[in-house]
Amino acid sequence: MTLRRTAWHRATVVSVAAETATARRIELEVPTWPGNDAGSHVDIRLTAPDGYQATRSYSVASSGPGTRLVLAVDEVADGEVSPFLVRVLAVGDPVEVHGPLGRFFVWTPSADPDPAPVQLVAGGSGVVPLYAMAAAHERSDDGSEFRLLYSVRTPDDVFFRRELAALRRTRVDLVHTRSAPEGDRRPPRRLVREELDRLTLGPALAPRIFVCGSTPFVETVSRWLLEAGHAPAAVRTERFGGSA
Amino acid sequence: MTHLDGNACAGALSDLFGDDVTLALGRCAGCGHDAVLAEVVAYVTAMGTVLRCAPCQAVLAVLVTTASERVVDLTGLSSLRLAAPADGG
Repeated sequence: MTLRRTAWHRATVVSVAAETATARRIELEVPTWPGNDAGSHVDIRLTAPDGYQATRSYSVASSGPGTRLVLAVDEVADGEVSPFLVRVLAVGDPVEVHGPLGRFFVWTPSADPDPAPVQLVAGGSGVVPLYAMAAAHERSDDGSEFRLLYSVRTPDDVFFRRELAALRRTRVDLVHTRSAPEGDRRPPRRLVREELDRLTLGPALAPRIFVCGSTPFVETVSRWLLEAGHAPAAVRTERFGGSA
Repeated sequence: MTHLDGNACAGALSDLFGDDVTLALGRCAGCGHDAVLAEVVAYVTAMGTVLRCAPCQAVLAVLVTTASERVVDLTGLSSLRLAAPADGG
């Protein structure tokens, strides 16, 4: 498995669009980009006119070859970089991109004729790298079973709503924590252990598992997965949050 | 403050090592625990990053970037195992 080498790249914003009420999808053209490893992230560096620099990490939503890089950035209240990216950054603006980063949290198609199934577990905007994996799987010959369990605050906070609905090779289960869609029989509440057990591939199937979300979400879910009997080496985690 | 994990400093580590090292295996000089760098505990601030061993909480590494230099303290890591580069370099 050869992954793409990490380097700094100059990028230009080619499109911006509202993803949710608080998040924005940003597409960058990166002429020297080596392509997208599904699940990876990048560091974005902004430089102010006085030379002040700020760097933040964002997961990559795009996958596969090409020089286009798609990010979905959720605005963090009182943040320094994310409000700029969500509200101010405009088409044509230059940004510096460091990546692709994070080989630990990358999914690549398997050459195995009978590959292990894959379970994705997302909390909030943690769905971004997991969506990239599902999209990469969709285009590949990899025959593994894919499932995504996505915990989200409200129906309006769902990232990649249309793209997730269009996935034909990934079963997607949504659980809503603050408000549920009309007609949903599940009351809005945090994901509970029994649901995690019921809505994910069990340890008997020996799935590879990728969990991404806030630190409390990831630590709760990974603890439940290990207690359910999944092998520690099968569970890969990525936490986000903190600086904004 | 809330901690993250070693994935969060993949970029800073890449600047030092020349490539992504989140899969490198680090050994805690305190308790001997082996962990891939993606899975160690990371405290990330504007001033820099502190990496800690998840089981014993000893400091593994401190990374600080200023306008003029990068300062790295790796005394908490007794060893670091990195895969050989695919291109032989």
